[in-house]
Amino acid sequence: MNRCAIIGIGQTHHKAKRQDVSIAGLVREAAARALADAELDWKDIDAVVLGKAPDMFEGVMMPELYLADALGAAGKPIMRVHTAGSVGGSTAIVAAQTVISGVHRRVLTVAFEKQSESDAMWALSPRIPFQPQLTAGAGGYFAPLVRAYIHRTGAPDDVGMMVAVKDRQHALKNPYAHLRIKGIDLAMVRDSPMLWDPIRYLETCPSSDGACAMVLTDEDGARAAPRPPAWVHGLATRSEPVVFAGRNQVDPQAGRDCARDVYAQARIADPRRDIDVAEIYVPFSWFEPMWLENLGFAASGDGWRMTASGVTALGGALPINPSGGVLSSNPIGASGMLRFAEAAMQVRDQAGEHQVDGARRALGHAYGGGSQFFAMWIVGRDRP
Amino acid sequence: MSASRARRRDVAIVSFAQLPPVRRDTARDETELVQPVVTAALRQAGLTRQDIGFTVSGSCDYLIGRPFSFVTALDGVAPWPPIAESHVEMDGAWALYEAWVRLQQGDVDTALIYAYGKSSLGDLPAVLTMQLDPYYLAPLGIDAVSLAALQARALLDSGRATERDLAVVAAARRGGAVAELLATPYLVAPLRRHDCPPISDGACAVVLAAGDAARRHARPAWIRGIDHRVEPHQLGSRDLTRSTSTAIAAEHAGVATIGPIDVAELHAPFSHQELILRDALGLGAEVAVNPSGGALVANPMMVAGLTRLGEAAARIHDGRARNAVAHATSGPCLQQNLVCVLSSEVAS
Amino acid sequence: MDRDEEVLEAPYRLEYTYQRSTGPVIGRFLGALRDARLEGVRTASGSVMVPPLEYDADGAATGEPTVVGPGGVVTTWAWVTEPRREHPLPHPFAWALVRLDGADSAMLHAVDAGSIDAMRTGMRVVPRWQDERTGSIRDLACFVPESAAAAAAAAAAAAAASAAAAGDDRPPVTMFPSPVALDYTVTAGRHLSAYLRALAERRIVGGRCPVCTKVYLPPRGACPTCGVPADAPVEVADHGVVTTFCIIRIPFDAAPFPPPYASVAVLLEGADMPIFHLLRGIPPEEVRMGMRVRAVWVADDQLGPTLASIRWFEPTGEPDAPHDQIARHL
Ligand SMILES: [Zn+2]
Repeated sequence: MNRCAIIGIGQTHHKAKRQDVSIAGLVREAAARALADAELDWKDIDAVVLGKAPDMFEGVMMPELYLADALGAAGKPIMRVHTAGSVGGSTAIVAAQTVISGVHRRVLTVAFEKQSESDAMWALSPRIPFQPQLTAGAGGYFAPLVRAYIHRTGAPDDVGMMVAVKDRQHALKNPYAHLRIKGIDLAMVRDSPMLWDPIRYLETCPSSDGACAMVLTDEDGARAAPRPPAWVHGLATRSEPVVFAGRNQVDPQAGRDCARDVYAQARIADPRRDIDVAEIYVPFSWFEPMWLENLGFAASGDGWRMTASGVTALGGALPINPSGGVLSSNPIGASGMLRFAEAAMQVRDQAGEHQVDGARRALGHAYGGGSQFFAMWIVGRDRP
Repeated sequence: MSASRARRRDVAIVSFAQLPPVRRDTARDETELVQPVVTAALRQAGLTRQDIGFTVSGSCDYLIGRPFSFVTALDGVAPWPPIAESHVEMDGAWALYEAWVRLQQGDVDTALIYAYGKSSLGDLPAVLTMQLDPYYLAPLGIDAVSLAALQARALLDSGRATERDLAVVAAARRGGAVAELLATPYLVAPLRRHDCPPISDGACAVVLAAGDAARRHARPAWIRGIDHRVEPHQLGSRDLTRSTSTAIAAEHAGVATIGPIDVAELHAPFSHQELILRDALGLGAEVAVNPSGGALVANPMMVAGLTRLGEAAARIHDGRARNAVAHATSGPCLQQNLVCVLSSEVAS
Repeated sequence: MDRDEEVLEAPYRLEYTYQRSTGPVIGRFLGALRDARLEGVRTASGSVMVPPLEYDADGAATGEPTVVGPGGVVTTWAWVTEPRREHPLPHPFAWALVRLDGADSAMLHAVDAGSIDAMRTGMRVVPRWQDERTGSIRDLACFVPESAAAAAAAAAAAAAASAAAAGDDRPPVTMFPSPVALDYTVTAGRHLSAYLRALAERRIVGGRCPVCTKVYLPPRGACPTCGVPADAPVEVADHGVVTTFCIIRIPFDAAPFPPPYASVAVLLEGADMPIFHLLRGIPPEEVRMGMRVRAVWVADDQLGPTLASIRWFEPTGEPDAPHDQIARHL
C-alpha cells in the first residue's frame, strides 16, 4: 500500500456562465493549472479520472469519450465517476486509490459542470411520466429536512442566515469564487426572497460553470514535486438508500459512518481538536450546523450553537469553508472536488487570503443524492 | 508506467449472474433489474450482503433519459447498514476495474459489481449520438450504426477483410448461412443487419474476492492482468482499422504471456469489430471466440462489457477453460477498450 | 417477461436546446464556415488538424489557424439508404471522412453523391454551402463529388461570402444553439403500475417487506434495507399525519399552482414511510408538523392511474399528533 500526495491543484474562475470557453476549454483551464502547479506536462500523467453530475446538464453522454484527447488521455486509462453531488469527492477518491494500490504513479483527476449549457432546474428534474413533480427542485427536496432540523433542535431561525453571510464573506477572499457579494450582511439575507420556506434565496447555492483538477502521486512523486505536497491521511465513502422506513435524513448514518472511518484512518480521536479547517458541502446554509453534528464536530442538537458562536468563521477555532464553499460557487459535478482541493490547499499553505494560519490537517467533505452518498478525505501537511 | 509491473494482490472473479437479456423488459424497473442478479451472484459466491467490502456499479442515465437512475438501482443491493460504494457512468467492466484497484489496497477482501441497462426505452442510435463531440459531430446527427459502417469500410479498404468475412463472423455468432446473409440488403453500407447488434435490456453482477477469500472457492477465475485505454475522439485522427488502445491494454494485461488461451469473450457489437479486436489481441485461430454469442446476440448497453468478463470467468469456473481473455468496449468505433486476462492458475 | 399488459407506459420526449459556447478555436472555425471557408489549425508537431480543436491528440495546445480545402479526398465512407430525422440530408447519402487539401486529419460530414455507385474511397469532393449560414457545422451543407460545375459553385459561394463579409462586421461566432430531442417510452414497472392502478380506484396500496414488515409506498422490487421484494399488498388509509413540509414560494416550470403553496410529507395510517403531496385548505403559514390531514380525491370521471387522482391533502381538524409519533419519520 502506497502513500498518496496531492502535488498539483487547479480550478477555474467560477461564474454563472463561462461563455468564453468550450466544455473542453473549461476542463483544460483547471487541468492546466493543476499541471502547472505540479510542474508537469500532459505526457507525465499515467491516467485520468473524470467526474461530473448528470450528463443532461451539458447534453453530452459519457463525456470522458469526447474529452479524452482534451485531457491528454489518448493511449492512457480514463474513467468517469458519477455519484450525484458527492461525485467530485468520489472521483478524487477513485484517483487516489489508483495511486495507493500502486497501479499508477501520477494521476490527473478532474471534475466539472458547465451548467449554463442548459438549466439546472430542468436537468435535475425534467418532467417524466409517472414521476410526480411536487417538490420543486433540490430546494424543495431539502427544505423539509431543514425544517425538521430546526424543529428537532430548537435552533433560532437566524443561524442559517449567519452561515449565508459568513461563507459569502469568505468568498470575498477567494479570487475564484462565483458569488462575491460586497457588503453581504444579515439584513441582506433576511430581505432576500423566501423560495422554499424556510430557505431564503441568499441561503441557497448558485448555479455555476466551473472545473477543478488535481494531480495525485506516490511518495517518490511527492519527493520530486516542486512545492510541498498535501498528504492523504484517510479517505472513505459511504452510501445508504434514498428512502427507507424510519430513515434519519437530517443526520444520516452513512455520513456518521464515513466520518468515523476516515477519522480512524487518520488517527483522529477528537475531530474538533485534531482538525484545523474543514471544507464541507453546504448547498443550503442550514446544512452547516447539520453536518457539524453528523461529522462529530458538535454534539447532536448543538451544531447550530457552534455556528452561532462564530467558531466556524475564518479566525475562529474551526473555520468551515474558508473558500466560500458551495454557497459561493456551485459547478455541481466539481463542487465536491473543490472541497477536497481547498482542504489540500489549506495544508499546503496555498490558500492566499483565505488561508487558515498553521493549518496542518483538513477535512474535505462531499455529499449527494438525498443526503445519502458521502465522500470524505483527510489531508495533512505531514507525511502520515 | 513502471508501477504496472508492481506486485499485485491476487484477485479472482468468484461468481457471475445475469438476467437473460431480452429485447424489451417493461416489467422491471432499475431496482428490479439489479436485485435478482445481485442476489444470485452473492448466493453463488456463498456470501451475504454484509460480507461485501466494496460495491460499485456501471450504468448510464441517457439510456432511460432520466438523471440519477443509479440512485434507485442501489435499492437492489439494500445498502443498509451503509456501504462503501461507487458508481461509474460507464460499462460495468470499468466498475469491475475500479473494484479490482480497490481490492489491491488490502483492507477489504470482497467486492460486488453490478451493471444494468435498458436500451429499449429510447431510440438507441439517436441516444448514442449524444456521446459525440457536441460541436462538430453530434450536430450532424450521425448515429452509431453509421459510425461503425465508416469503420467497416476502412477495414474492407485495407484489404484485411471482406464483406464475406463479416458475414462469417455474424453466422458464427447468430446462425444463418453465409451466402444467404450476403444476399440481404445493406442497412448502412457496407454493414448489413446481421453485422449490427440487437437492442437489449439486461443486468448482470460479479463478485470479486482477493487472496484467501478467493481460494475458498472451488475454481476461482484469477485476474492475471487487467488494463484499459482510450483513443482520441475525433475519428479523423485515428486509424480506424486498428484498435491501438486494445493492443496497449492487452500488453499491460499480459495477453501474450499467459500461455495458451482457450477462450476469448470480445465485446464486439459489430461483426467487423471482432476481426479488428482479434487482430489487436493477437488471437490465433485456435482460440474459441465468443462462445456466449457475444454482443451480436445480446447487447444490453453498460452491461455487455461486464458480461464478457463474467462469461469468460464462468468458463473457468466450470472447468471448460484454463486461460481466457475478456474485453469490453465503449464509445464510437471502439474508442475505449478494457482487456482482462483470466486464469484457473493464480500467478506464480 | 417480454411484455406485461399490467405495466403502464407513456411516451416521453427529452427535449432541450443547449446553448453551446464555442471558445476561441471552435468559434473561429464556425465563423469561417459562416463565410463559406474551411480552416484548420496547426498542431505542435506541425501537422494541420481539421476540424480544429484547442488541443491535439496528446492534449497539447494547438497553434495558428491555416486555410485548407476547399476540396478534399474521401478516406472512408458509409452509405445511408434511409436517412434518420436528425441526419443532414433527407435522401440517400454517404457519410464520409474527408481529408481536405492541406490537412493531415480527416473531418466527418455528409456527401451528396446521388447513388452508392458514385461513391468510392479516394474520390475527390468539394463543399456545398448552405445559403443561410449561422456559424454551425451545418453551414457546410455537405460535400459533393468534385466536378467543374461543383467546384465553380463552391468558389462562387465563397466569393459571394467574402464580398458580403468585407462590408459587414458581424460579431465572431461564440455561441450556437444545439437542439436535442430524444424520444423514449417510459414504463412504470410492475410495482409502480400496480400502485398507480389502485389509485384509479381510490385505493392506496402499499407493499409489505416480509423481513422487516415495513409497508412501502409504492411497493418495491427490493426493500431498501432487506434486499427482498417489498410487495405483499397492504391497503393503507387515505389519511395521516404531516411529518415535515416546505412552503414553495418560487415559481417553476412544472408547478401545480402559483406560489405560495405547501408541499408536505404525509405518513398515511398503515404505512411506514411518508408520501409527498400538496396541502390545501389552510394558509401556508399555518401548516404544522404533526397536523392530521386527509386526501381529497378528484371526481370519479377524472380518476386515473396517477398520483394526481389525489388532488391534494387537507386538514381534518383533529388535534395534532404528538411529536414522538413522527420523530422517526421525515
Ligand atoms: Zn425490509
